[in-house]
Amino acid sequence: MNLTLHVWRQKGPQAKGKLETYQAKNVSPDQSFLEMLDEVNDDLIKSGKDPIAFDHDCREGICGMCSQVINGRPHGHEERTTVCQLHMRQFNDGDEIFVEPWRAKAFPIQKDLIVDRSSLDAIMQSGGYTSCHTGGVPDGNTFPIPKPVADYAMDAAECIGCGACIAACPNSSAMLYTSAKVAQLAALPQGKPEARKRVKAMTEALLAEGFGNCTNHYECEAACPKGISVKFIAKLNREYLKSMMPSSLGE
Amino acid sequence: MNLFTSTVGRKILMAVTGLMLVGFITVHLLGNLSIFWGADAINAYAKHLHDLGPLVWIFRLVMLCLFAIHITFGVQLYLENKAANPEPYAVQKTLVTTFSAKTMVFTGLIILAFLIYHLLHFTVQVTNPDISAHNLPLVDGHLDVFTMVVMSFQKVFIAIIYLIAMVALFLHLSHGVSSWVQTLGWSTGPSQDKVTALGKLVAIVYGLAYIAIPLFILAHIVK
Ligand code: HEM
Ligand code: FES
Repeated sequence: MNLTLHVWRQKGPQAKGKLETYQAKNVSPDQSFLEMLDEVNDDLIKSGKDPIAFDHDCREGICGMCSQVINGRPHGHEERTTVCQLHMRQFNDGDEIFVEPWRAKAFPIQKDLIVDRSSLDAIMQSGGYTSCHTGGVPDGNTFPIPKPVADYAMDAAECIGCGACIAACPNSSAMLYTSAKVAQLAALPQGKPEARKRVKAMTEALLAEGFGNCTNHYECEAACPKGISVKFIAKLNREYLKSMMPSSLGE
Repeated sequence: MNLFTSTVGRKILMAVTGLMLVGFITVHLLGNLSIFWGADAINAYAKHLHDLGPLVWIFRLVMLCLFAIHITFGVQLYLENKAANPEPYAVQKTLVTTFSAKTMVFTGLIILAFLIYHLLHFTVQVTNPDISAHNLPLVDGHLDVFTMVVMSFQKVFIAIIYLIAMVALFLHLSHGVSSWVQTLGWSTGPSQDKVTALGKLVAIVYGLAYIAIPLFILAHIVK
């Protein structure tokens, strides 16, 4: 099939960008979206032009590097799918496709479709961890964790940190991303000791990095390639309320 | 303190004050609906309110604080969120959010503008002195609130102002009445859909009841 692409091109962080139009010819329905872009790039390179820069790594939907807004939807219109797993059979011959980078103040554009997502790392570094002694591997079942709790934590841990939630949010809020880690760790015995400190530090980092505030639009959940639920945001809010209660330890 | 500066703290303040404002509009609506029981009913209600004396002032002070907190943080969060999302997409799509959720700050500001007008109209009674209860003949020694309200809403201009404000209130409530459940951390995932639906239903009931008052008077059903 043949497609018309409108792709955001921007030479560098300070440069002014604009949408450029390209023709993708003889696209196979079995190609992934990124493979289709690879071929467009081959043609650009052959004709001496600058190829379209985009982030990618695993190409199997687990690393969270790929990050493109396709026709107004982060990772495209197929539910629970990353761009690298989006296949061209989802499109029709003659389609016009708009490809844009994640847009948020906290995600400055580096080049074309590549944005700088260090702001997400800063949130994680502020509290998305547990402090523990290193050493021998603990015996199995040292910490008894009921199956529903383990499942809950695993559902939250599915976040691949791509940032689609922020790209979709009308407020560019990183609340779903932050809440997934807060909820995962707050549910588990290893995470509980630092729960109070964590929820405060991570939500503070979220604002400091320039993300917006959550106002319950739930666009994040709809865009998430891993189906992370907004129930984790409610859990974060609950953890925050708990952290405001007086503590006998005087934290 | 964190409550006044953090992202969750300010949302909690908005949710709690919003909920208390919902409490207020519930009581206010029940009082206002007494107009459908005739002149005596609403005039008696108005007299009860006046007889509360200093309590009325305590109540007004509390309301002022609620509005001040709710509006200050509402506008502040709105401005921060705009700043966090400066560039629009060439193709913009939303999947699940609603018109009412996207317009909260605007419907809120319409309600604020209306509130100021409403107080000038029915409490201070300066916008239409000719039909203000202070200038109407007393009935049984009390102010004739019923006649003031009826004569007001028979004026198309005044009725339209009220109708617009009540539609804004309806929109504000259709997001707000369920949103606090999430903000205060009470939702557990699947339950949120039912809560959202229930919130919309509540907003429709409030909206219709509030709209009925000026509409029925404008249509001369209540006179
Ligand atoms: C009778 C008057 C009002 C009532 C009953 C009311 C009620 C509510 C409720 C229940 C919420 C939900 C809080 C949450 O998300 O957890 C809310 C949110 C909000 N209100 Fe009001 N409100 C009123 C007036 C106003 C006014 C005058 C403004 C002026 C700006 C305003 C602006 C907002 C904003 C910006 C939000 C946040 C929306 C969001 O989080 O998406 N409200 N309101
Ligand atoms: S490239 Fe790794 S998730 Fe898409």
